[in-house]
Amino acid sequence: MNDVSHDAGQRLAVAKTYKFFVGGAFIRPESGRTYPVTTAIDSADAHHVNAPRASRKDLREAVRVAAGAWKGWAERTATNRGQILYRIAEMLEARREELHQQLVRSGSSAGDAKVEIEASIDRCVYYAGFTDKYQSLLASANPTGGPHFVFTLPESMGVVGVVAPEEAPLLGLLSMALPALVGGNVVVVITSECRPLVGLVLGELLATSDVPAGVVNILSGPSAELATELAKHREVAAIHVVADVPQTLIDVERLGAGSIKRVKGEGHVFVERLYTPRGQGLSAIERWIEPKTIWHPVAI
Amino acid sequence: MKDASQTTGSLFEFGSKWDYAPAPEARDWVKIQSRYELFIGGKFVAPHSGRYFPTISPSTEEVLAEVAEADDTDVDAAVAAAEEAQRAWIALRPGERSKYLFRLARAVQERSRELAILESLDGGKPIKESRDVDLPLVCAHLFYHAGWADKLDLAFQGRAYRPLGVAGQIIPWNFPLLMAAWKIAPALACGNAVVLKPAETTSLTALHLARICQEIELPPGLVNIITGAGATGAALASHPRVKKVAFTGSTEVGRRIQAATAGSGKKLTLELGGKAANIVFADAPIDQAIEGIIGAIFFNQGHVCCAGSRLLVEESVAGELIEKLKDRMRTLRVGDPLDKNTDIGAINSEAQLKTIEGLVKSGEEEGAERWSAPCELPGKGFWFSPTIFTGVTSSHRIAREEIFGPVLSVLTFRTADEAVEKANNTMYGLSAGVWTSKGSKSFWMAQRLRAGVVWANTFNKFDPSAPFGGLKESGFGREGGRQGLSAYVEIDG
Amino acid sequence: MNANTAVHVPATIIASAPRIDRVMVEERAASFSKRSLKKASKVRGLRLAISMMDLTSLEGKDTAGKVEALCRKALRPLDRDPSVPSCAAVCVYPNLVPVAKRELAGTSVQIASVATAFPSGLSPLSIKLDDVRRAVDFGADEIDMVIDRGAFLSGHYAKVFDEIAATKEASGKAHLKVILETGELGSYDLVRAASDLAIAAGADFIKTSTGKVQPAATPGVVLVMLQAIADHYRKTGIKIGMKPAGGVRHAKQALAYLVMVKETLGDDWLSPHLFRFGASALLNDVLLQLEKDRLGVYHADDDFSRD
Repeated sequence: MNDVSHDAGQRLAVAKTYKFFVGGAFIRPESGRTYPVTTAIDSADAHHVNAPRASRKDLREAVRVAAGAWKGWAERTATNRGQILYRIAEMLEARREELHQQLVRSGSSAGDAKVEIEASIDRCVYYAGFTDKYQSLLASANPTGGPHFVFTLPESMGVVGVVAPEEAPLLGLLSMALPALVGGNVVVVITSECRPLVGLVLGELLATSDVPAGVVNILSGPSAELATELAKHREVAAIHVVADVPQTLIDVERLGAGSIKRVKGEGHVFVERLYTPRGQGLSAIERWIEPKTIWHPVAI
Repeated sequence: MKDASQTTGSLFEFGSKWDYAPAPEARDWVKIQSRYELFIGGKFVAPHSGRYFPTISPSTEEVLAEVAEADDTDVDAAVAAAEEAQRAWIALRPGERSKYLFRLARAVQERSRELAILESLDGGKPIKESRDVDLPLVCAHLFYHAGWADKLDLAFQGRAYRPLGVAGQIIPWNFPLLMAAWKIAPALACGNAVVLKPAETTSLTALHLARICQEIELPPGLVNIITGAGATGAALASHPRVKKVAFTGSTEVGRRIQAATAGSGKKLTLELGGKAANIVFADAPIDQAIEGIIGAIFFNQGHVCCAGSRLLVEESVAGELIEKLKDRMRTLRVGDPLDKNTDIGAINSEAQLKTIEGLVKSGEEEGAERWSAPCELPGKGFWFSPTIFTGVTSSHRIAREEIFGPVLSVLTFRTADEAVEKANNTMYGLSAGVWTSKGSKSFWMAQRLRAGVVWANTFNKFDPSAPFGGLKESGFGREGGRQGLSAYVEIDG
Repeated sequence: MNANTAVHVPATIIASAPRIDRVMVEERAASFSKRSLKKASKVRGLRLAISMMDLTSLEGKDTAGKVEALCRKALRPLDRDPSVPSCAAVCVYPNLVPVAKRELAGTSVQIASVATAFPSGLSPLSIKLDDVRRAVDFGADEIDMVIDRGAFLSGHYAKVFDEIAATKEASGKAHLKVILETGELGSYDLVRAASDLAIAAGADFIKTSTGKVQPAATPGVVLVMLQAIADHYRKTGIKIGMKPAGGVRHAKQALAYLVMVKETLGDDWLSPHLFRFGASALLNDVLLQLEKDRLGVYHADDDFSRD
């Protein structure tokens, strides 16, 4: 009898170990710690799934890697950044079944999962088309008078920390990370704590989407704790936190003051807006850019 | 110094000690049909008249295919198809329109090499340019405008806007597919449908683009391609249900279109001729300015409306600069457009060659001094050696009229004011170039030059995010950028 | 030359060096690599490249044995094909010049030696000149000197000028290549200024790099230096040579540089008398391409000797 022939019913599925996505590589937590993730239904993958639990050191490493990737990402042409974000949309579309499975496992209905994935793909397309346009909407030529050309140009900030909401774990995460990326920032993302798998799988898609290593880094773990660590980290220029617990948002704002961090904290309203026109837009990009004013003389 | 190099040649020996073997781009895999029909309502249909005209390769005079000639009836059918398609198009969510355009962009990107080869075959431009300039820009324009389709509220900053309906678009033969993309992309992004007429010598890439529209299942009728010559274009421009006319071409034809559409209420944009000044100051980075001068006038055989066809040089460096320029011209390789090492391809048509020859003759007769790069031209096809005229004054025809060929007129100036005065002394106002190491001088010049585009220490740069268009008789309206979108909508307030 | 001109001439050279526009120069430099070289022209180009190579070994661990092997490789790069030309020279440290001399006596392969406190140049002039004289006494045909970048960047142009002039004198009949170490100069403007200064002070060749600093030779830097050579030739009729060194590892890069030379300076410079490549890894890659062309199959790295 042939070794490889088998009855599908008797075959044992291969379970996957989920890992962080940092610096373009898939890594295990430094502490070796994981935490159990509740799954709604039994799946071919595994009955019991563990997610990697990020420590302060994991976060520090992710920030270091992201900071190193910033210059290269910001200096790419706007068109090229757009092409890469569009590539993400293509990869999501091609692997939507896997994403669907993950969302359903973590508690979405099949219908909701479909809607969330389609909105996620379209959100990528929306922001892909923004990389070479926000400048013409946010920049200005300033009529200062006198013999100078004076213009104001948007520049990126650097490392933006993103703490994704517990609900809408894919669309929420993307709606926070994409506008930061559009403006030339790099991100360190903390996935939904209870529903981290779809975010970790997103890392696997990003790895095949021409996104340069280190531009997007994805961790999972105790969100509130990691949010405060991000807020304290001096290399992190800005932080966007969606959390249901008001105290988390207060902590993040207070700790962010240590390095005059740009902080945006939002509660459940963020999730409510995700499927409305307010779930995307120019303001989300403008939040993570710094206008720079340049004066240049006009003379022979 | 100038005379010495004229009679004795260069100090340098740009010879054949180590020559490049022919490096032709393979073309056999690119399928050219023997006959091309009109693309109306998403289908390829025979022309009402049953008439076809040949399209040739200007580098060999080989007939590549025959192309349908559209008459009034065909134009009418195309406009009707576009009207119907446009109604469905604006009913779509903006994000869906955006995704259609992205899809088109990707499909063109995937087929870039095939389209580049066709462009070089049918139009005569070197493959180096069609491959590295035309096609990447075509894709960039499609991508760029795809992204606007769902952001028009932002683009028009809260003002109420609505699409115009059917746009009639007439494009030239110098950048056939690129001009098609410049026209189609913003029109569709803003919610219009188009009927596009390519130039009669270069129809093929637009027709292959039509095939791509079909393949990606772009809603039928949204893009219609009708081929033909001036009469077809006139029929399109004057069609009563065409609400918008976009024309790129000569000032002479632009004038006729503006007159013909007078009183019709049609929205009109014209991108016409030019006679751009390329101004080099003594403090310029001279060796880089040489490259800029070469690119400004010899890119695409000089078939460029914004070509830097008048070189204005500060007198103190004119001798050295002209000597260097001639040396650089000796290294230009004129020949087979499909050879990867060709810098200058074929003149697009016999008619254009005659125009160039006529103006060059006038330059000689009016007393300017001609120098042409020593190069062997192929026996068949339409060719013209890269040429410069020195001793040109502002009154010479070659300093005033658009030659639209690889011919540069060199004038000199003494002060910046004089440079501005000479540069602006033309009926055109499309583009200008300034070369100086002093930033403040670049801006000073840019403020004073009457041109829609000013390049400083560069030339012939194009990007979909950068609006392009002219002043004065170079036309009106802008293409590209946020500003370019307003050509395709009605805006209240 | 009186004291006044000794200071002012170098300062004038620096002040009058043309400005360089980075964007355009890099655009132009990149364009040469787009030339498509096929068949016979490729083979001729590759052979030409070999004949222009200064096969180099400049490591602290260099030994007589290493240099002997280097010399044999330079003399006959491909044992199985004697039609492959010899390299132009070997380039070694002064102490190893006698070894090279012994190996290469009576052959066409020249012996180049780095000198002047290579690679930093930060030693007293007397020591640097001793270094040069000793290398020449040992039998070096060519001296590859380094300029004092510290002096240059701090505006002591006369010091740099005088040191080059003194080195030229100490070199005697040996050809002098002046290494600018362009990777430390920071701008094309200064690369151009340093080129003009070195040429005026007596360089026979100007050379980009020691190979110890990144970036070494880049297309933009080489083009700027070739343009300095072109301008000097226009003004004086004197032909200065050029040597990119460091960073040229692949046959394709070498061909692009030859295209650059052909289209910037013309045929006269397509010769080892006026153009050299300073390289170690390049030779095997060129041989790989030549063998591929001759036999129609791709070869493995191990098909070629590592010397």
